[in-house]
Amino acid sequence: MHVTLADARPELLLNQLTGGSNSVRSLYTPVRTAAAIAKSRLLQTAATKWGVPTSSLTVKAGVIHHAQTGRTASYGSLAVAARSKKVEQVAVHLKDASEFKVVGTPQKRIDALAAVTGKKQFTMDLDVPNALPTMVCRPPTIKGTVKSVQNLAQVKAMPGVTDVVTISTGVAVRAQTFGQCIDAVRALQVTWNGGSVDKESDATVLAKLKAASLPLIVPPLLTKYIDAEFVFPFASNTALETNCAIADVRADSAEVWAGLKSPIDVQEEIATSLGMPVTAVKVHVITGGGSFGRKLFGDAAYEAVEVSHKIGKPVKLMWHRTDDIRHGRAHPMCYAKIRATYAAGNVVTYEQRHTSVFTDFTHGLGEALTATASKLPVGGLGFFSETVFSLSQSVPYNFGVTTQLLNEVQLDFHTGSMRNVYSPNVTCARELVVDQLAAKMGKDPMAFRRSFMKNDRFRAVLDKVAQAGDWGKAMPAGMAQGIGFHAEYKSCVAVLVEIDCRPATVNRKVRDGVTGPRITKATIAVDVGLPINPLGLQAQMISALSDGIGLGLTQSIHIKDGLPLEGSWDHYFYTRQWNAPTDVQVFVMPANSADPGGAGELGVAASLAAVACGYARATKTMPTTLPINHGTLGFEPLPRTPSIPDSPTDGLDYAF
Amino acid sequence: MLRDLVGLKGPKYGCGLDVCKSCTSHINGKAFNPCSVPVSKIKATDEITTIEGLANKETGELHPMQQAWLDYDVAECGYCQPGQIMAAIAKVKQARANGHEISDTDFDELRNICRCGTYFRIREAVRAGAAKM
Ligand code: FES
Ligand code: FES
Repeated sequence: MHVTLADARPELLLNQLTGGSNSVRSLYTPVRTAAAIAKSRLLQTAATKWGVPTSSLTVKAGVIHHAQTGRTASYGSLAVAARSKKVEQVAVHLKDASEFKVVGTPQKRIDALAAVTGKKQFTMDLDVPNALPTMVCRPPTIKGTVKSVQNLAQVKAMPGVTDVVTISTGVAVRAQTFGQCIDAVRALQVTWNGGSVDKESDATVLAKLKAASLPLIVPPLLTKYIDAEFVFPFASNTALETNCAIADVRADSAEVWAGLKSPIDVQEEIATSLGMPVTAVKVHVITGGGSFGRKLFGDAAYEAVEVSHKIGKPVKLMWHRTDDIRHGRAHPMCYAKIRATYAAGNVVTYEQRHTSVFTDFTHGLGEALTATASKLPVGGLGFFSETVFSLSQSVPYNFGVTTQLLNEVQLDFHTGSMRNVYSPNVTCARELVVDQLAAKMGKDPMAFRRSFMKNDRFRAVLDKVAQAGDWGKAMPAGMAQGIGFHAEYKSCVAVLVEIDCRPATVNRKVRDGVTGPRITKATIAVDVGLPINPLGLQAQMISALSDGIGLGLTQSIHIKDGLPLEGSWDHYFYTRQWNAPTDVQVFVMPANSADPGGAGELGVAASLAAVACGYARATKTMPTTLPINHGTLGFEPLPRTPSIPDSPTDGLDYAF
Repeated sequence: MLRDLVGLKGPKYGCGLDVCKSCTSHINGKAFNPCSVPVSKIKATDEITTIEGLANKETGELHPMQQAWLDYDVAECGYCQPGQIMAAIAKVKQARANGHEISDTDFDELRNICRCGTYFRIREAVRAGAAKM
């Protein structure tokens, strides 16, 4: 059976949304139910056809057998006959967990062969007739707009160029090849109106966050206490596939192809912008080359629709890498303040104030969150943010009186959720303070966490990494272990890393890259209640670990006068092979629930926390800005104009 | 050129700047990044291989590196993986030409971005694939 991606289907209401590590949780029972209904229909069909009782049939690997007569039929051969001609209500009995043959066993990805042979199709690999390459010349500051174009006619006459048109986000160019688009975009002479945050830089944003931070309430008078504050700069959720979409807008209909996690929302937006009924807009959902929250929004789809509508031709629109980092969405900067008081071996109070630049949640939140949100106090602009924050954040330790509050500053950056949303920053700040508390109270960080953990599930993953990762082993000066823990999505995970902060490692030289400390080893234990596919679950943890390493050590955005300075992967330092651990072990805890928890984002927070705690222990300095190298700009920024850089021509010099 | 005119969509666009390496292909058996080489620099005698040309042409059998990628279930979104595989094969050959098997130092020279962070499985798969090359 092939399960494919559905086009946007408005009748699904809030149920066509990928995000919040919710897919497995929300689909597990519906998929099993659908499969059980299908199976019973297929068995009935075979029984009727052969004139035998259903109870005399057995099934193996999709083939129905009748032992007495030796008859067999595949599910596929019976599918058409088994189809129901009318809608009817049916009841099925779901298999008991003890009968599971596939659930809980390692299963490889079904698209792996296509991926390794280059046949897996992403949006830009589709051949839509006459959808020619299209790119956009963008403003020198975020959300700037076009005032005038000086040389439109000349650029239109350039080789291969078919159209040049002003749109709400810049000037779009359509040509025979993307190479010609790049040349044309670079040749455009545009006068720009200002953007929405032209006066903002890292320092001005941080000052606003600090000013807006909600007060800590407990006065540190009668007890011992720890006060700590942390800064988490902007971070891009840019995927490896840049924002892209194909659009074909006709007089009374439109068709769009794109990687989308909230397709109904995008379809409705497009219909509104074109003044068409939703039924006139077809939105095809294509497998994405990564998302990390980015594809919750249809930014490229809206642009492609606008261009196609204006020029009356289909377009295959792609953002340049530099566009994707500078004008794509980002996880906003935030400032965390924590006060913990302690006495007589107990943590008496724990207060955390999280202040962030406003996060855009206008894509909606899917049924799970939106339904619960309606029960929560409604409060202005930050309604969804407050909802996400209060639903996702909790302290896993018994720390007496605990408060975690969010406040947001309304600044008009391009923002959006990035994998694990608030949790990486909130958890990292908390775990660093937990290590400080343990030190002040004379306890080992692992033993301290263990003793304050709220339940045994949490303790079990800690124990697993402590034992398998050999917690407390002797390490040379400049190296240390770090532990991070996080619980969310009805799951929990512990990450134990080893970090090497010795000069020989920190000062490694890599051309056009940063090195710094290296995580040499990681041991991870994850409890998702009911693991469906341990192999995939392990991959999600390895993946989240790479995110945590980048966020802790190297990867951030620097805002200067209304624009990120970063413009490529040699500026925005996501983890690369030279900073990846050479030893990773992921333990999947045995099933302990009838329902699976979420896991796609789960590992990011704990990994970042482990990296930060390891760094603090290895260097004996608690980092207060993460990533630790944010203070040093490790590259020469690209110019703002033209908005995209020239393509290099010396590629052969680097052949190996 | 490769994607828009020749129609080979295996090599992916990730930057167009010779940085992300997702377009990695082979020129005369060496890894290179077509996004950063103008056609004028390619000679008529040069042989270019993209991921599409890696499997055995007669039998269709996968290259051992592709098979290792399947065995270790490396791909997540898969977008970077054609480039990762092409780079890995060249790196293994380069190490051998220098008289040794691929080492941690060699791995650290691979610049390919995997934004899904599959680096550890890539290391495992490359070693397994190299053993069969
Ligand atoms: S597309 Fe990034 S190196 Fe070629
Ligand atoms: S598998 Fe997604 S970028 Fe590597």
